[in-house]
Amino acid sequence: MPNMGRYEEVVNSFSWEISEKELGYRPGDIINIGEYCSDRNLRLGRKDRPALIWEGHSGEVKKYTFYEMSVLTNTIAGFLKNLGLQPGDRICLFMDRIPELYFGFLGILKMGGIAQPLFSAFGSESLITRLEDAQTAAIITQRKHLPKVRNIVESLPYLKHIIVVDDDGTKSLREKEIAFHMDKAPRLEKFDIYPSRAETPSVLHYTSGTTGKPKGAQHVHYSLISQYITARYVLDLRENDIYWCTADPGWVTGTSYGIIGPWANGNTQCVLDAGFKAETWYRFIEKYKITVWYSAPTAIRSLMKEGEEAVRRRNLSSLRHLCSVGEPLNAEAVHWSKNVFGLPFHDTFWQTETGSIVISNYPEMPVKAGSMGKPFPGVTATVVDLKTYQPVNKPGVVGLIALKPGWPSMFRTYWRNEATYQSKFKNGWYICGDRASIDEDGYYWFVGRDDDVINTGGHLVGPFEIESALLEHPAVAESAVVGKPDPVNMEVVKAFIALKPGNSPSQELELDIMNFIRKKLSPLAMPQEIEFVDSLPKTRSGKIMRRVLRAKEWGEEIGDTSTLEND
Amino acid sequence: MAEVREVILNYVKNEYLEEDDDREVGFDTPLISGGIVDSFSMVSLKRFLETRYKIQIPDAKATPEAFDTVNNIVALLKEFNVQ
Repeated sequence: MPNMGRYEEVVNSFSWEISEKELGYRPGDIINIGEYCSDRNLRLGRKDRPALIWEGHSGEVKKYTFYEMSVLTNTIAGFLKNLGLQPGDRICLFMDRIPELYFGFLGILKMGGIAQPLFSAFGSESLITRLEDAQTAAIITQRKHLPKVRNIVESLPYLKHIIVVDDDGTKSLREKEIAFHMDKAPRLEKFDIYPSRAETPSVLHYTSGTTGKPKGAQHVHYSLISQYITARYVLDLRENDIYWCTADPGWVTGTSYGIIGPWANGNTQCVLDAGFKAETWYRFIEKYKITVWYSAPTAIRSLMKEGEEAVRRRNLSSLRHLCSVGEPLNAEAVHWSKNVFGLPFHDTFWQTETGSIVISNYPEMPVKAGSMGKPFPGVTATVVDLKTYQPVNKPGVVGLIALKPGWPSMFRTYWRNEATYQSKFKNGWYICGDRASIDEDGYYWFVGRDDDVINTGGHLVGPFEIESALLEHPAVAESAVVGKPDPVNMEVVKAFIALKPGNSPSQELELDIMNFIRKKLSPLAMPQEIEFVDSLPKTRSGKIMRRVLRAKEWGEEIGDTSTLEND
Repeated sequence: MAEVREVILNYVKNEYLEEDDDREVGFDTPLISGGIVDSFSMVSLKRFLETRYKIQIPDAKATPEAFDTVNNIVALLKEFNVQ
């Protein structure tokens, strides 16, 4: 029987107190995610259980028990404190998926810092935007990413320390840089964990919007209450599960369900720090006997492309429960997984701002392939009218997904941007920015984003950030960036570009612009297609009308063009 | 053929490794599964090959396996008479 039991029963009896009680938390108590994920497991007799089994791309394997994890996270926390870093300081994690990233995250929380994970493929421009805004005090990184940090260090007056976890002494470190080797550092058995309370800030995850710079969604230690119970109920994590979350902790899935949820439940986690390859993934599941697997539609569709034969070559019978997140999971992918794994992928919906799963398919609830599922017990959700923000209350009518504020892991603000935070609430609802309908059985069906944000491979990319960076290319006069449909990634970035006089479209220029954005921002932001145009559609006031270009890409009606400049 | 291999290897080193990245990259180094070229960046590598050798590589042939090493890419290019 799954942890959750029957959805219809639980939804009527659930309260967040259930999670609080299971965690031994009472309102007003100290609550520190770092402690709950590591030391608490020792008190519960999980000292010798593997906490992390890590495999690198070259096949190197590292294993850590909960006891080792507790000591190593203490060691990191002590190191940061000795550097003079203070509770409340933003400490950035800028690393590949190596053990130091996972333990560094908990170490930061243990000493009271605010963990700011950033995707290690980010280029200097993406980094500076997020570090400047957060006024980050320290960065923990690897040698291979140090050049990107060095490029921007002069522009970051708040940055005091750059901690390098794999310095080998072959190249001298510069001012502010300091080496730290987690496995070799003197181990700290005891550490006075920072006595954080429910509303103490914990994690800062940056997310992209349609306009303006990326915003830092700020979470608090009380988010644990949601993350713990959703990992138990939705991912159905049980005492002896071996769990694999394929997400990178540079994004929220990688922290909420790649660190906090599973370790608060005392589960063994496996991490594969390697690029995507179907054969490698199946070998990994077979080798470590993964039981619960949380992945993304893009990865699932890539596996589908590789065919069933690759699955049949491996013994994947350990798999017990499969979940997916990041973008809507198409019905074909659900049918395919049932066919090849004997198990359906369960789609889950949430976002950086929600901090935990808010709408989902559950183990005991029949899966309607292609549906997002139903609201998590304790979360009040609906779809509201696009203009009035009143619940539509009619099956099949498309509106905006809206949540009643109050679930524990809801973000508390956008860092230094309270006005934008407030603008997300309408008529007493938090508006997610996604359109959906609800059917007569209460299942939610995703329709699309309600803004210009591009969801590529499960990651949100803001068009404004790319357009701004494109303007820095010497040949670009102006540009508009939209999402283009893609069979694997759902959407990919497409840029419409008008060139400056003296430049002509060519394949070489297209490649040069692609690489320019890839290095400046990230591979995710790189336009996968560029269309050179003479001019862009604009309103009479000169604003570029992305929706006209987007509609063209999606084969949709353009809609009202009365404000178009040259129609 | 040797020249094609060198051109691709140099391109990978120059475009996908950071300035100070001292990882050894050879003709059989895993690029995709080794995390040097991610699946999004693979599109730019494909575009480079198409531009440089004046060919069109269908998406169905541009798989992570086909792009996983320089030698795999060279084998793929042979299908397009690039040697």
